[in-house]
Amino acid sequence: MTGTLKIGGMPLRFHGGIAALIILLVFNALFTPNFLQLQTLFVNISQVATIAIVAMGMTLVIATGGIDLSVGAVMALAGALAPLIFLSDFGVANPALGVALAIAIPVVVAGLCGVFNGWMVAVVGVQPIIATLILFISGRGIAQVLTNGNLQTFSNPAFSTLGTGKILGLPFQGWLALVIAIVLSLVIARSTFGRYLLAIGGNEKAAYLSGGPVKRVKIAAYVICAMLAGLAGLIVVAINSASDAARNGNLMELDAIAAAVVGGALLQGGRAPIFGAVLGAVIIQLVKYTLLANGVEDEVALIAKAAIIILAVWLQQFRRRA
Amino acid sequence: MTSLVSMVGIEKSFAGVPALSKANLEVAPGEIHALIGQNGAGKSTMIKVLTGVYRRDAGTVTFAGAESQVSSPREAQEAGIATIYQELNLVPLRSVTENIVMGYEPKKFGIFVNWREANARARKILARFGIDIDVTEPLGSYSTAIQQLVAIARAVSLDAKLVIMDEPTSSLDTSEVEVLFGVVRELKNQGVSVLYVSHFLDELFRICDRVTTMRDGKNVSTRVVSETTKLELIADMLGRDKDEIAAEGMTELGGAHAERGDVLVEAAAIATGPRLSHFDLKLHRGEIVGLGGLLGSGRTEAARALFGVDGVKSGQIHFGDTGQPSGPGEAIGQKIAFLTEDRKAEGIVPDMSVRENLTMALLPKLSRRGQIDFARERALVERFIKSLGIKTAHMDQPIRELSGGNQQKVLLGRWLATEPNILILDEPTRGVDVGAKREIQAVIRDTVEKGVGVLLISSEFEELVEGADRIVVMHEGRSVSELQNPGITENALVNALAGDDRGAQP
Repeated sequence: MTGTLKIGGMPLRFHGGIAALIILLVFNALFTPNFLQLQTLFVNISQVATIAIVAMGMTLVIATGGIDLSVGAVMALAGALAPLIFLSDFGVANPALGVALAIAIPVVVAGLCGVFNGWMVAVVGVQPIIATLILFISGRGIAQVLTNGNLQTFSNPAFSTLGTGKILGLPFQGWLALVIAIVLSLVIARSTFGRYLLAIGGNEKAAYLSGGPVKRVKIAAYVICAMLAGLAGLIVVAINSASDAARNGNLMELDAIAAAVVGGALLQGGRAPIFGAVLGAVIIQLVKYTLLANGVEDEVALIAKAAIIILAVWLQQFRRRA
Repeated sequence: MTSLVSMVGIEKSFAGVPALSKANLEVAPGEIHALIGQNGAGKSTMIKVLTGVYRRDAGTVTFAGAESQVSSPREAQEAGIATIYQELNLVPLRSVTENIVMGYEPKKFGIFVNWREANARARKILARFGIDIDVTEPLGSYSTAIQQLVAIARAVSLDAKLVIMDEPTSSLDTSEVEVLFGVVRELKNQGVSVLYVSHFLDELFRICDRVTTMRDGKNVSTRVVSETTKLELIADMLGRDKDEIAAEGMTELGGAHAERGDVLVEAAAIATGPRLSHFDLKLHRGEIVGLGGLLGSGRTEAARALFGVDGVKSGQIHFGDTGQPSGPGEAIGQKIAFLTEDRKAEGIVPDMSVRENLTMALLPKLSRRGQIDFARERALVERFIKSLGIKTAHMDQPIRELSGGNQQKVLLGRWLATEPNILILDEPTRGVDVGAKREIQAVIRDTVEKGVGVLLISSEFEELVEGADRIVVMHEGRSVSELQNPGITENALVNALAGDDRGAQP
C-alpha cells in the first residue's frame, strides 16, 4: 500500500517549509522574549487553527485549478449570524438548542455560499477569481447589514468553548483543525472524490471524458471550502466573545492562499497537500507572531507575508524545472 | 561531394545508460534527409547532440567542413543549424514581421525599428516560398501551417544551411502538408539541407532523398528513398526480416475470425452541428467498422456524438433499448468506451500515476461507498500492465515519464478495463512507434475476437484497409459511402475519400 497514503504527494516537497519552520523556531527561541513558554504555544495554536482550517478548504479549491476569494467574507457572514441566533428570544429560551443552531445554521449558510461559488464556476463557467469576487464583495456587506454594522458583544460560555475551550490542556480549535486535517487527507488519498478532485486539476478534459462527475466534484470543493471558512468565522467570534462583521476574516483569503501555496499546492491544480496547508498556516502565523512580538508594525508584517509567498512560488518553479 | 553534416562514432550516456553508441549520420548539401526509428532509438538524442543541447561523450561532428563545437542551441543557430520544433517557439500575439525579424530588426537612427523596411523584408522572405499574407497581422491569427512556415522562413532568413524538422506535419491537414512540402522542396532548390524526422513513412517517399534508420542508439541503415520500400524501412526499424513482415501483413489488424453478432448501435441521419450534419452507422458485435475521411470530415465529431459528448440535434440513435447517453459518465454505464485522439489534451493526467490513469474510467466500480478498493485496483492494474506489455518501472510511476506508445497502452487499458461492448478508437496508433503500434493493433484484434464492436478512426490507410470489415467514408460532416471488405484496396479508399466513388462498391 505504499504510495497511496503518502499524504499530498512527495515528502521532499515539505523540506523547504520545514526548514523555514525550524529557522523561525530557532530565531524566536533566541531573540523573542518569553517564546519558550506554554502560554505562547497556546496563543499561537488558537490563532493558527483558523488560518489552517480555511487554508485546508482553499487547498481543495486550488487542487481543482480554482481559487476562492470569498472565504474572509463568508467568515464574517457566519460570525454575524451566530450571535443573532443564540441572542434571539428563541435562543435565550432554549440555550442548548440555541447554541447548537448557532453553530449549525451559519455553517449551512456558508455551505450555500459555496454552492453559489461552485455553481458559478462549474455550471455557468465563470472564471473562479471573478465568480468568488462576487461574494468577496457582497458577503461582508450582507453580514454588516444583518448586524446594522454594530459590534455584537455577548457572554455565552457554551458557544465560547469553540474558541477558548481546552482538551488535554491544548486549545479546542487546535484539536478541531487536526481532526479536519486527518479526515480531509484520508478523503484525498482514499476516496473517489479525492481521486477525481486531483484528476480534474491535472487534466479536466481527460477527467470528464473518463466519466468523472466534474461539475459535482468542483461544486463540492467550493462547498467544503466555504463551510470550513464559516466554521473558522465562528471560532474567531468565540475567541473574542464579540462579532465584528467589518473585521472578522479580513484579509483571510490572502493568508489562506499563502498557506496553501507555501504548503505545496500548485495554482494550476492537481495537487492537494492538506498537511502542507497546515504547515503553511503555522509558518504564516509564526512570522506574524515573530514580527509582532519583536515590535514590528502590522503593516510591515504584510510585506513579510508577501515575501514568503514570493519565496514559495519561486521554490515551486525551481522544483518543477529540476 | 563532401557532406554538410558528418557525425561519426557519437556516444552519449545518461546516468550510465547509453542512449547513443557509435552512431553515425551524414547529410549531403541540398539534400532532404529523413531520420526514422522507434521511440527511444536515439533520434532526438542525435539531434540534440548536433544542436548543442547535449554534450557528446565521444565522437566527432563536422559541419560545413569544420569540426563543430557548438555547445548551445543559440550557437547552433549562429553556425547555420535551425531547428523547427513541434511546439513552435514564436510569439503568436505579435505580427508576422516581428516574429521574422525578432532580434535582427532594421533600425532608424540606431534606436527605432524601421517598420517599413522590416515589413518589406518579411514579405520578401515569405515570397521566396510562395506565401503571400498580410505580415502586419498577429501571427496567431494564421493557421498552424502558416505559423510553421513563418518559423522556417525566419530560420532561412538567418542563413541556415541545415533545417531540422521534428514531426512537422503532425498537426497539419492535407492541404497544409502540401504547402509545407512545397517549402521543403524550395529549401532544397536553394541549396539548404533538411533533416526530416517523422513517424509518417508515406511522407518520406514523397519528399525525402535518403533515409537513415536508427535502432537501439545506432544507425542501422542509410538508404536512397527511391530505391527502397516501406516494408524494408519497417524491417530496419524493428530489426526483423522483411519477408516475415510481408507474410504477416503490415498491421496486426487483419485476420478476423469473429462472427458478426447482434447490432450494438444504429445511428440514422444524426446531426450535432455544422461539423456533423448527416451520419449513418450500424455496428455489430465482433466487427471493426472503419471511419475514413480527411481531417475535418467529421469523424471525431461522429465519435463524440456516440459517446454523448455532443448532443444529437436531429436523427435517430439507438444502443439496443437505450438512446444517446447524456454524457461520458452515462456512456460508460452503457458499456461504450472512447479512446480520444489527442492523448495529451484529452487522455492522460500527466502528474498522476500509471495506476491512477488506468483506472480512471472504472473508478465508480472500484469503490464502495465512495472508498477506493486499493487491493482490487492494484490487482487489476497489474493484470493490464502484463497483458498489454506496458513498460513502466512500477505502477506508481507518473504517466508523463512513459513513452508515447506506453502512455497510449495505459489509455487503451483504461477503456478495456471498463469491459465495453462498443470501443471507439480515434487514431489509436498516432505518434506511436512501430513496435508499440503493432502491439496495440494486436490488442484491438483480440478485443474484437471477444465480441466487442470497434469503431476505428484512422488516417493510416493500411489500418483501415487491412483491419476494417467495412469502412464508412465521411466527407464534410456526412457519411457518403460504405466500402466492404474483402476487396478494399488503398486505391479504392483514396478514391472514395476524394469524393470519387469509382472505387467504391455498392
